Amino acid sequence: MKLHADREEHRLSANGLLRDDTKFASGKIAFFQYAAVGVFLFLITGFWELQVRNPELYQERAMQNSIKAIPVLAPRGKILDRDGRVIVDNHSSFSLFLSRENLKMEHLKPIAEGLNIDYDSLVARVKRFQSRGAPQYQPIAIKEELTPAELAFVDSHKDADTFPELEVIRVQHRLYPRDGLAAHAIGYVGEISEAELNTPEFARFHQGDVIGKDGIEREYNDLLMGVDGQRRVEVDSFGNERGVLAEDKEAIPGKSLQLTIDLDLQAVAELTMENRRGAVVALDPRSGEVLAMVSRPAFDPNLFAGRIRSKDWKDLIDNPDHPLMNRAIQAQQAPGSTFKPIMALAGLETGAIDDNFHVSCGGGGTFYGRYFHCWSKHGSIELHRGLAQSCDTYFYNVGNRLGIDRIAQYAEMVGYGHKTGIDLPHEADGLVPSSRWKIRNFRERWYPAETISVSIGQGATTVTPLQMAAAIGGMAIGGVWNQPHLVREGARLIPARHAELNQENIKKVILGMYGVVNEPGGTGVRAHLVGVNVAGKTGTAQLASNEVLKGTKIGQTMKDNAWFVGFAPMESPEIVVATLFEGGQHGQLAAPIVRDVLKAYFDKKQRLGQLPREQIASLPAPLPSQLLRPTAAPRGSGAPNP
Amino acid sequence: MSAYRSVREFDWLMLVLSSAICALGVLQIFSATHDTHYSDAWWKQVIWILAGFVAMWITTLIDYHTLLGQVPILYGLSVTTLIATYVLGMSAFGSRRWIGTTSYHLQVSEFVKLVVVLLVARYMTELKTEQFELIDLLKLGGLVAVPTALVMLQPDLGTALTYLPILVGGIFLAGMRWQYAAAIMVVVALVMPVAYFVVLKDYQRSRVISFLDPSQDPKGSGYQVIQSKIAVGAGALWGRGVTKGTQTQGRFLPVPHKDFIFSAFAEEHGFVGVIVVLGLYFLLLMQIVQNAQTAPDRAGMYICMGIATLLLFHVLVNVGMVVGRMPVTGIPLPLMSSGGSNVLAIFMMLGLVNNVRLRRFVN
Repeated sequence: MKLHADREEHRLSANGLLRDDTKFASGKIAFFQYAAVGVFLFLITGFWELQVRNPELYQERAMQNSIKAIPVLAPRGKILDRDGRVIVDNHSSFSLFLSRENLKMEHLKPIAEGLNIDYDSLVARVKRFQSRGAPQYQPIAIKEELTPAELAFVDSHKDADTFPELEVIRVQHRLYPRDGLAAHAIGYVGEISEAELNTPEFARFHQGDVIGKDGIEREYNDLLMGVDGQRRVEVDSFGNERGVLAEDKEAIPGKSLQLTIDLDLQAVAELTMENRRGAVVALDPRSGEVLAMVSRPAFDPNLFAGRIRSKDWKDLIDNPDHPLMNRAIQAQQAPGSTFKPIMALAGLETGAIDDNFHVSCGGGGTFYGRYFHCWSKHGSIELHRGLAQSCDTYFYNVGNRLGIDRIAQYAEMVGYGHKTGIDLPHEADGLVPSSRWKIRNFRERWYPAETISVSIGQGATTVTPLQMAAAIGGMAIGGVWNQPHLVREGARLIPARHAELNQENIKKVILGMYGVVNEPGGTGVRAHLVGVNVAGKTGTAQLASNEVLKGTKIGQTMKDNAWFVGFAPMESPEIVVATLFEGGQHGQLAAPIVRDVLKAYFDKKQRLGQLPREQIASLPAPLPSQLLRPTAAPRGSGAPNP
Repeated sequence: MSAYRSVREFDWLMLVLSSAICALGVLQIFSATHDTHYSDAWWKQVIWILAGFVAMWITTLIDYHTLLGQVPILYGLSVTTLIATYVLGMSAFGSRRWIGTTSYHLQVSEFVKLVVVLLVARYMTELKTEQFELIDLLKLGGLVAVPTALVMLQPDLGTALTYLPILVGGIFLAGMRWQYAAAIMVVVALVMPVAYFVVLKDYQRSRVISFLDPSQDPKGSGYQVIQSKIAVGAGALWGRGVTKGTQTQGRFLPVPHKDFIFSAFAEEHGFVGVIVVLGLYFLLLMQIVQNAQTAPDRAGMYICMGIATLLLFHVLVNVGMVVGRMPVTGIPLPLMSSGGSNVLAIFMMLGLVNNVRLRRFVN
């Protein structure tokens, strides 16, 4: 570059020539001014477009960016025992949710990989939510009980640039007792399934809701569940909360529910059934309150508290002992000899028999050309010994005199053949055969020979353990049957059924049942207790198809069921306990189960009878794990632990 | 050397306009950073502005003719420093733009703008012919191309691009045959695709793509534009208030105190605020143009118009980017964006304009 111009410039500018010289550019400078106006107009129209023409669109998007709706999950109500001790509690943990407002399908893969979730099922799950029209704010739970490592992963990836849909929410999880204590009565919760959403009972719920699936959890779901709330928070682009905007909808926690179950009794009943198949039901016949309800084998409801793993589910479903079945209300089995007190009552009430009615038992009897066995030879026998020693021949004759329809009438009077109406789902009806039933179901008339089997609780007759406890209990208090129920307040109770019965007749039956437990030759002496008069009845029931199956492979595994039903005190019954010991072979082997529960009841009563309820409530709950020791001896001798 | 007339001749209006823009900038920097770890950015900016006033005063005092006389030295110095920056400079954000210590570093390429302005002004005043000939284009173009290429290598395409409008503006004023202009257009049209694939780096290409279709790459450069448009739109007519813009405060906006300061401002002050600031910029530009019109000589006019063109380009590209009408190039908004070198350089340019103004009545 040349520098010689420097001095010349100065000279030129000094004489004013160069000043005029700029005039040549004035048109171009004007052009620049117009261009600048153009540029600014160009820019301003850009702002006009965004800020004045449709700001709502962008305000909406700014809100979507920065406002996150976070569900506030309402904790379910606790479930308490009759003394106020906690049976079912909640524990809080962290669950991972996908917020659907900013969910991107292409993020699912890395999320699934980062958190060790099965990708295909995650996609299926998300699609299920989207197809279902669940409310947009409702997020999708994808992982429960997050570990610290998983929490760290989420924390470092939830920013706006990575996976803004990740949302960790503190949730309350159900915490059930260990070892399946009262599992069947309580039931369990779980996430609502597609199939359930299509049923009217569950139609009002949403995809992803955790609902009671069985037992009390299902029956009283509306009470326990509470209402989820929602919180709207402002977040930054890293997903960190900057402040709560509004508690849009407050979560309403579920209400606590007090059961009629007595944890002490329940624990003892569980112990008595350890390693057995069957059920125990204890209830107060005066009110219908269920004090204990056991079904074994049991399952661990905690498996369901989150989403159950498919392997655990398969194990439960494939188990031949059907651990999910609540045998207390669903096992429909022939009552066997426990049916005899009802036969006796029917005989006395109808006048078919009286005190002088004697039968000679030589090990059986022939009716309608067929010989029916008794399990022993009782000789000349009347009502009292017939009950105490459970003579089949005696009751064959009673049944023969009554006829099937009068038997059915009294069986139905005590509650057999239809649901008790207990506040649990899936209760079974049982079956009381009659001539009408035969015609309706088989288009055949009733053969009198069939009545003989029914007289000793065999044949088509089936009952559930709960029905048996309720039937015998109601009879024991003079012919008043209260609806069994599991909650102290709020159960929808139908009024008690009263029967016009001769109290003298009832007394005779009860004395016979007292003989079962307390007299020499009684079949249930193992249920004897010191200090309280126990009355009861054993039952050894053949399985319905035993005759057919004898000699087959299955037949060998199908041992007779053992029943025992007992109540105490005999003079004014407070508690009735029925037990079904599947494959127990003889009713006398079921008697100790009932005895242990009764003993626990009276021990506790003696121990705590004077204590006010508040103090009882503060007693420690029996931990089943602590109690599950080889000795089935009920606690009760020691002083209460304050 | 001519003496300037008096302090009264100083362009107070220009000072008021630029100070007002700076003040709004500081306010916005404060709002965008008050709860981040850049929270000291606003008072650093105040210090830079004060330093800018001093720099403006100094550039006002030294006669621009003297400066024009030093162009070869300044140019040589610029090129050397740019090379040194490229070789030694510290890395910031993956590019080498800075020189100095960690806390106060200077971006050399910002000051090179001044040298380019002076270079073009000087070359144009030395033209012997009435029109700008092809040979001049090659000479001057070559001179400007050297620092441009060096800055591009840093790589800082945005700043490099700001040198070109100074050149183009100068040529436009000097006058050039339209045939040449057309020929250049054709060459540029031919070179562009080649440059796109050969010269541009991946991230730069993705910026071009996302400019043409922001939704195609919503998490990359497109993300910035989308978030910026959301911020601007959410501001609506009156804005959401200082420190109340969720896009700004939630840091959905990228660098809301630097390149995207105007979208942060638009969110918090709305269309009304935008009109005010753009109005200030327009008045500032017109004031500079007015100084060009009253310049005592060609050199003064070229200097003023070079600076006006540069500022207009800055505003166009930066503000255009904010509303999605220009690609993301990463050039700051003059006087508002946080950053010392830019503030200093702009104030020095305003000082040059003053310099020209104070000598307009010299006889």
